[in-house]
Amino acid sequence: MSAVSVQGLHKSYGDVTAVRGIDFTIEPGEVFGLLGPNGAGKTTTVEILEGYRKPDDGTVEVLGLDPQRAGSAWRERIGVMLQSSSLYPNLTVLESLRVFAGYYARPRDAEEVAILVGLEEKRDARVRTLSGGQQRRLDLGIALIGDPELIFLDEPTTGFDPGARRTAWETIRGLRALGKTILLTTHYLDEAEQLADRVAVLRDGVIVREGTPSELTGGAVETEIRYLRDGEPVVERTRDATRRLNELTSEALARGEELGELEVRRPTLEDVYLELTAE
Amino acid sequence: MRLFVHEVRTEQRLFWRNREAAFFTFFLPIIFFLVFGSIYGDSTITKEHIRAAPFLEAGMIGYGVASTAFAGLAITMVIRRESGVLKRIRATPLPPATYLLAMLVSTFIVFLIESALIIAIGRLLFSVALPDRPFSLLIALAIGAVAFAAMGLGLTGYVRSAEGSSAVVNFVYLPMAIISGTFFTPKEYPSFLRAIADVLPLTYFTKLTRDVMVRHHHLWSETGSIAIVLVWGVVGLVAAIRGFRWQPREG
Repeated sequence: MSAVSVQGLHKSYGDVTAVRGIDFTIEPGEVFGLLGPNGAGKTTTVEILEGYRKPDDGTVEVLGLDPQRAGSAWRERIGVMLQSSSLYPNLTVLESLRVFAGYYARPRDAEEVAILVGLEEKRDARVRTLSGGQQRRLDLGIALIGDPELIFLDEPTTGFDPGARRTAWETIRGLRALGKTILLTTHYLDEAEQLADRVAVLRDGVIVREGTPSELTGGAVETEIRYLRDGEPVVERTRDATRRLNELTSEALARGEELGELEVRRPTLEDVYLELTAE
Repeated sequence: MRLFVHEVRTEQRLFWRNREAAFFTFFLPIIFFLVFGSIYGDSTITKEHIRAAPFLEAGMIGYGVASTAFAGLAITMVIRRESGVLKRIRATPLPPATYLLAMLVSTFIVFLIESALIIAIGRLLFSVALPDRPFSLLIALAIGAVAFAAMGLGLTGYVRSAEGSSAVVNFVYLPMAIISGTFFTPKEYPSFLRAIADVLPLTYFTKLTRDVMVRHHHLWSETGSIAIVLVWGVVGLVAAIRGFRWQPREG
């Protein structure tokens, strides 16, 4: 049975249609990335799966249940990290983790989770004295405290410095290794590329592309070749990079010149994403 | 039950940690009692033929229910709603009813401590006799806490932002505390103020505490005041059921 299954999901707010007919499934143990620009419908979709919003049409099953009818037993099995930080400013890091640990039947150890999200040195610091990135790490820790099997992470590393982002990625990879199912929304394409087994690109409330990161970057998009000719930068795009490079280097050698600043770049998920989400 | 105890403990810790809110909701009535008790505690309230200190003491307990159970709870819940804390709690296995009940009990604990301090100050500084109907008083305080907490929750639906919560709540509760006669007797007010006082719930709760503490009545002889306080509580509950949200306004 799939961990998450979505079929024909529709959701509007008044005249604004946020999600117009999307389908996807997430298998147990999978990390699924939901990518898309602001207003594409990512958060609406995640909040329907978390049980916060009621779909207008379509069927949604999360851990075998309709989130609208699911109760405490179902909530024992999910972990939620919201898009914006939601913490008690006057508690310490460990106190915050323990408060939420108390809501679950079999929570993880608070000190262990503090270490897991890289806050062991801040364990006794009040939340309001933490930086934005540290608060997000605590948000992540609270999402994990109940030892959930399905974890929703809505833009989990927004506001992190590069080091903290690496740490968070390691944490998420560690969760994957434990067999957790993860639904991740992100603006950062490298994040989806690094973490997700499968990615769906959402635009204007529909999924425009879905697949593994390598499926998404393979095929259609062209390889980019950059170099200097007579001191001027040249950018070429080609589907046959091998032949074109051979031509360029042969010509240059024949002329006894160098291809200055030669660079060959495979398309990244970012290129695919920008192409897919361009107006 | 384990969840309930855990949540009451959490709420107590959260309340006392937040010093600004604790000052505003908990200490302000005590400070007012100290100040006004010193100023006119020994004078006589002519219309009531009674020394002012015990009259003010029971009034400050009325002010206390408005500041802790009504204003304090309303502001806390709006801030939690807008900061996303309520939304996050909703995603945990903690049942909503357990959460709200724990909030209510925690609020009542704060109000009880405050009332005990006011009574102790009255005894030690202003020579007010201890209440001779402690059981009636305890029930009266519980009725007040539940009714005003319901009104506080009802009010949250009308407050749109965390920034505005103190302003809106103060706008409602400070005039109410004054007009209801927690500091003075409403019998000395001009008639138009008395007309307003006659419909306010705090007027009747304060009457209840004064009847029990100052006039030595049994609680069950005051069914009229109890009924009006409870009706207001039901109004608050209906507003709370209609307007209470777990999610931020903008979310």
